[in-house]
Amino acid sequence: MSWLSIIALALQTAVGFQAASYALGAVGLNLQFGYTGLSNFGHVGFLLVGAYGMAISADRGWPLWVGLLLGVGAAIVLGLLLGIPTLRLRGDYLAIVTIAAAEILRLVANARPSEPLTGGSPGIGGLTSKLGFFRHNFFPERRYAIGNSFVFTDRQLWSMMWAWGLAILATLLIRRLIRSPWGRVIRSIREDEDAARALGKNVVVYKLQSFILGGTIGALAGALIALDDGSVTPDRWIAPFTFALYTVVILGGAGTVWGPIVGAAVYWFVLQAAEGILKNLWFDVGETMIGAIRLAIMGLGLAALMVFRPQGILGSKKEMLASGR
Amino acid sequence: MLALPLVHLRRSLLWLTVGFVVACVVFGQPASADTASPPDNSAPAATGCAFGKADAVAANGGPLGKAIWGRLCQEIDGAPTYADGVTITVSKDGAVVGTATSADGGIFVVPIPGNGTYQVALDTETLPNGFTLTDSKRATLDGVSVNLGDQQVAFPMGEGKVVARSLGDYLTTMVKGLRLGLILAVAAVGLSMVYSVTALVNFAHAELVTVGAIFTFGFNTIGVPFWISVILAMIAGGIVGALNDIAIFHPLTKRRMSPLAMMVVSIGVGIAARNLLQIIFGESGRRYAGAADQRERKFGPLRLTPNDLTIIAICVVVLIALVVLLRKTRLGTAIRAVADNPDLAASSGIAVDRIVTIVWVLCGALTALAGTLYGLTLNVKFDMGFILLLSMFAAVVLGGLGSVAGAILGAIIIGVVQETSGLFIDTAYKFVVALAVLILVLLFRPQGLLGKKERFG
Repeated sequence: MSWLSIIALALQTAVGFQAASYALGAVGLNLQFGYTGLSNFGHVGFLLVGAYGMAISADRGWPLWVGLLLGVGAAIVLGLLLGIPTLRLRGDYLAIVTIAAAEILRLVANARPSEPLTGGSPGIGGLTSKLGFFRHNFFPERRYAIGNSFVFTDRQLWSMMWAWGLAILATLLIRRLIRSPWGRVIRSIREDEDAARALGKNVVVYKLQSFILGGTIGALAGALIALDDGSVTPDRWIAPFTFALYTVVILGGAGTVWGPIVGAAVYWFVLQAAEGILKNLWFDVGETMIGAIRLAIMGLGLAALMVFRPQGILGSKKEMLASGR
Repeated sequence: MLALPLVHLRRSLLWLTVGFVVACVVFGQPASADTASPPDNSAPAATGCAFGKADAVAANGGPLGKAIWGRLCQEIDGAPTYADGVTITVSKDGAVVGTATSADGGIFVVPIPGNGTYQVALDTETLPNGFTLTDSKRATLDGVSVNLGDQQVAFPMGEGKVVARSLGDYLTTMVKGLRLGLILAVAAVGLSMVYSVTALVNFAHAELVTVGAIFTFGFNTIGVPFWISVILAMIAGGIVGALNDIAIFHPLTKRRMSPLAMMVVSIGVGIAARNLLQIIFGESGRRYAGAADQRERKFGPLRLTPNDLTIIAICVVVLIALVVLLRKTRLGTAIRAVADNPDLAASSGIAVDRIVTIVWVLCGALTALAGTLYGLTLNVKFDMGFILLLSMFAAVVLGGLGSVAGAILGAIIIGVVQETSGLFIDTAYKFVVALAVLILVLLFRPQGLLGKKERFG
């Protein structure tokens, strides 16, 4: 593999479904963390309920839209359950409770007694045939390519279309909201909660709204991932997934409209490029080793970004909560 | 921060005791001392069907060699009955490695080429009349990992019934919970102390646990006696703690970075460290050389390994020493002053930065010790600390963020609740219980059991 093809593959990944689903998940997280200043470290929990909504619906033979409603409904309930007790507390508490709640959801889905509902640790498969996500695919069945690289199947294009479409729609919605009076209150809460309260705003309600809306967008991302994978297993929804979404948000620029989308594309470009390079060294690097190195790069990247460029690619330092006040 | 509001302590302990007694009455009948109780708290196995390596060696008429072995036994009319003539097939990566038929006494020994992960299948067609598997889906066991040459596998048979547990079992589980709780306490006080002087919720704390265990493992492996390795690992852990402060978090505090942003940094550092440890140490869990052969012995009604007692003793001594250090020495007073109000402490002549570094060193050393002890109960693995992390958070929040006494109390509660919950509900949910306790506490007493009351939102 030449350097050119490594870069081509990395670019392909940057526009692929994975990047798109991360972008959608990150848009929700950006509303919570970037605009409202909520440290939701259990965002993956929202993705999980979205995915399991689809999976359980498929398992029961219900149609796709029921699965979607199930996932979104569960995300709203989860948001209320977590938000009402913890949004009154300091940010540290929200962080710990949300990460704990996401783990609870994963462990419960994984446990043997939950098998009738969630399928236990093997999860639920066969979503593709049962829900018929690809039945309406209007891309003719063939491989699409530009030259020898950028090869996508019709199914990949279909998933990508939905994921990028939803990510952009959600972004436009957030842009609209943030420029509204509601958005101004949200950002003022991030800047100074007490000031917002002094102006007579019910801060907890605003935070709850932002938390639930962000979580719902996360659930949509989870549902899409379930549809694209065709199966849902509990071990996909682990805490590092949340931290990857944080990396995406901060990389793109927390509290910027297009940050999550740019961040997701760049994040996947870097990871895929790193993997491509590791696979083409003069010595052999094992598959698990590559996974570990990729995660180590992500971790170091997250820490370094936070220290050296907290505003990310698109942000301005003034706008950035995390740059410290 | 250390002043024990005794009223709260007493009240919470009272409720805890009441809750536990009620739970015992509701969920089980602690029968009168029944000596032949199951040896372990995990699976309520039928008493007469207990089987161990010594029995297997005796039945095999010699050492087992490299093998997967076990005994097929079902209680029929109250008497253990053995299934002979049952075919057991062992395969690896889809290829059959060996087959055996259970002999008289239901014992089977399947030779295998060596350590690795195997699939063990029982042919239910060959089961004699009257024998059934408790769970028909468990006729094939995937992912049986063999690390020490040979491995026992069990196919539970007969109606799954819960054997009445004796009081001794409850007490043993309580003590095992106490052991876990004390390890958690030693690990969590560092987290809490660092929070109290820097306002940082350190997600990389988990890796300090792992690093401690790996240091001990490393020193022990190159031939240093175990307990000297522990002390060396604590020193090394203290150095790692100091490096955390000097290289990462002190410069960030100087830049006036917000605690939330530092938390994100610590997450990144934690992920990177965990994966680097995986690259260095490898993926599999390993045991200390000197820690093998820990058989459970009877101590009155309790069944514990000698290690359990050592661990409990060490933790108690260390925690008492820490509390004495904080309450009775000048250094302790200085630490508490910085925790209460850094500016005030600085203006009364305390070198705040140095105190923060000392707290980090203490934190690193204590956490390394906790990691070592946790490795002693299970094995040493690159993600062992990460598995404990949420329990540590739960303990610290339960006790009150920033309070050392609170962290100790919270950790013991979390440990005991986590272990004993296995008696009443499926063990798969035991982490869930601990985390649910955390969320409930935040609902009703957000400042934690011993935390200072603050004005929230």
